[in-house]
Amino acid sequence: MLNKKNKTYYICVFFFCLFVLFLYGPTFTIVLLSFQGPDGGLTFPLNGVSIYWFEELWRGGSVVDIGSAFKRSIILGLIVMVLTVLLSVSAGLAFRKKFWGSDMLFFATVASLIVPSIVLSLGVALQFRLLDDFTKWLGSTFNINYINEFFQTSLGMFTSGLGAQLTWTLPFGLLIMFAVFNRFDKSYEEAARDLGASPWKTFKEIVFPLIAPSIIGIALFGFTLSYDELARSSQVMGAGNTLPLELKGLTTTVTTPVIYALGTVTTFVSFSVIGISIVCYIWLKRNKG
Amino acid sequence: MIKFWKIKPSVGLLSIPYSFVFIFFFFIPLVLTLIISFWDYNEYSIIPDFILENYIYIFKDCFNYEKDMCVTFKTYLSTFIFCFITWFFTLIIGFFVAYFLAFYVNSITWQIVLFLLCTIPFWTSNVIRMISWIPLLGRNGLVNDFLLYIGLTDTPQEWLLYSGFSIVLAFVHLYTLFMIVPIFNSMMRIDKSIIEAAYDNGANGLQILWNVIIPLCKPGIVIGSIFVITVVMGDFITIGIMGGQQIPSIGKIIYVEMSYLQLPAAAANAVILLALTLLIIWIMTKMIDIRKEL
Repeated sequence: MLNKKNKTYYICVFFFCLFVLFLYGPTFTIVLLSFQGPDGGLTFPLNGVSIYWFEELWRGGSVVDIGSAFKRSIILGLIVMVLTVLLSVSAGLAFRKKFWGSDMLFFATVASLIVPSIVLSLGVALQFRLLDDFTKWLGSTFNINYINEFFQTSLGMFTSGLGAQLTWTLPFGLLIMFAVFNRFDKSYEEAARDLGASPWKTFKEIVFPLIAPSIIGIALFGFTLSYDELARSSQVMGAGNTLPLELKGLTTTVTTPVIYALGTVTTFVSFSVIGISIVCYIWLKRNKG
Repeated sequence: MIKFWKIKPSVGLLSIPYSFVFIFFFFIPLVLTLIISFWDYNEYSIIPDFILENYIYIFKDCFNYEKDMCVTFKTYLSTFIFCFITWFFTLIIGFFVAYFLAFYVNSITWQIVLFLLCTIPFWTSNVIRMISWIPLLGRNGLVNDFLLYIGLTDTPQEWLLYSGFSIVLAFVHLYTLFMIVPIFNSMMRIDKSIIEAAYDNGANGLQILWNVIIPLCKPGIVIGSIFVITVVMGDFITIGIMGGQQIPSIGKIIYVEMSYLQLPAAAANAVILLALTLLIIWIMTKMIDIRKEL
């Protein structure tokens, strides 16, 4: 049998370890380098150990306003997370039966995952540009003072930016729901219905507790994918940049370990979110029975 | 006449908010891109029209065989090469990681833990993961230090960073997961008794791999390949950062045209990119039904 501990087994273990090293090694080096002393550069060797570059990052130093970009990214990530959970769980419930347009919607979901992000970003940018032109035309034609004086653009983080990110996070949410319901035992639900429970009550008491751990998974995808999203939001964020967009700009301008410090901080945030999600998931799984 | 108010509320209605997002932020934008690719433009505005200039401009000089290959074809060729090399390495690495997880890790708990170990980087920032290669591959990076130390070269190697090599490395680093997940999923569906039967009939490990496991993993391989190829086809960020902004890509053409507000020209390029991507996917999905694989 395959699972015998022969030579191939050890080659596979070795290969897997190499792969994990390849995955995590580089990130580990920048964490290491971000704790250098004030004379540190972008490469090894380490010049002393300190938290100088984190203080520099905190002060704002050579870097643009990272604090507010950070705040914006977190807020947007949380909104995307909530919407991803709500929309993909409700759509997942709908998809348990065939409905009008369900094939089209499934096609759109898969297509959205594989359409090149720059194409989608361009499309949303064009759409909002036309929307702006239309709004301004309305303002000038009907003499709407409010539009003429204050309106600049409908493009923004919580309009076009949010929508563009949802086209990336929602498919993951729906596919997770598909995976859940494909393995879902319907008999509990039927029992509840037979005992006279309303559809809402059946969902609240039976279905929801059973899918709750998977919802944590959807939430994790929603937040982390939004928090790190770059390609789709690149053209549609309007005036305020998110953290990944600022970071991309910094790669060409910053030549001090401050960028590593920033990398350490964002990686720390991601890892915390992942850790919290895993703990919640395990906790919910344990309490199910 | 259909009496709408008499239709029983159906659970299908729950998909409306979800559908709304895809109509408004996916379907309409793509249709608009197609329409605007035929529009005219000047420095500050886009003008409704029906012209083919945007497309003609892209293929200008492309069918003049006396000159060198045109910029467009060169860019596409270079992107295709990146696609192919990345696809090759992610497939090989992804397949063997999935193979190890599916067939050599016996306990479910360990399987989940190791699978998560591979997935966690996907939830962290791509830009950071790209930047993290700089201290390793740079002129004074660890790899160069090591090569100098063991005396393999006497000058720092320049091709390690901001080159085709570093781009492919970053792609493989970022996207091997796209191969691991679907292939692992396919492998977990393989009935272990089939493998035992092959083994009992005298097939060796390699024969089982080639004649049993790989054919049964085909759907996973196809799905993973679609993800990797499409993500590399439209890329402009990884090629930008890891190529030191020197190496062209289709995505980057669109990006640059957008920054100059040549929106209809960018739209025309986007339409061609999208058509090519769809063509590749169409060829690949002819082989499988994705929905059955979830």
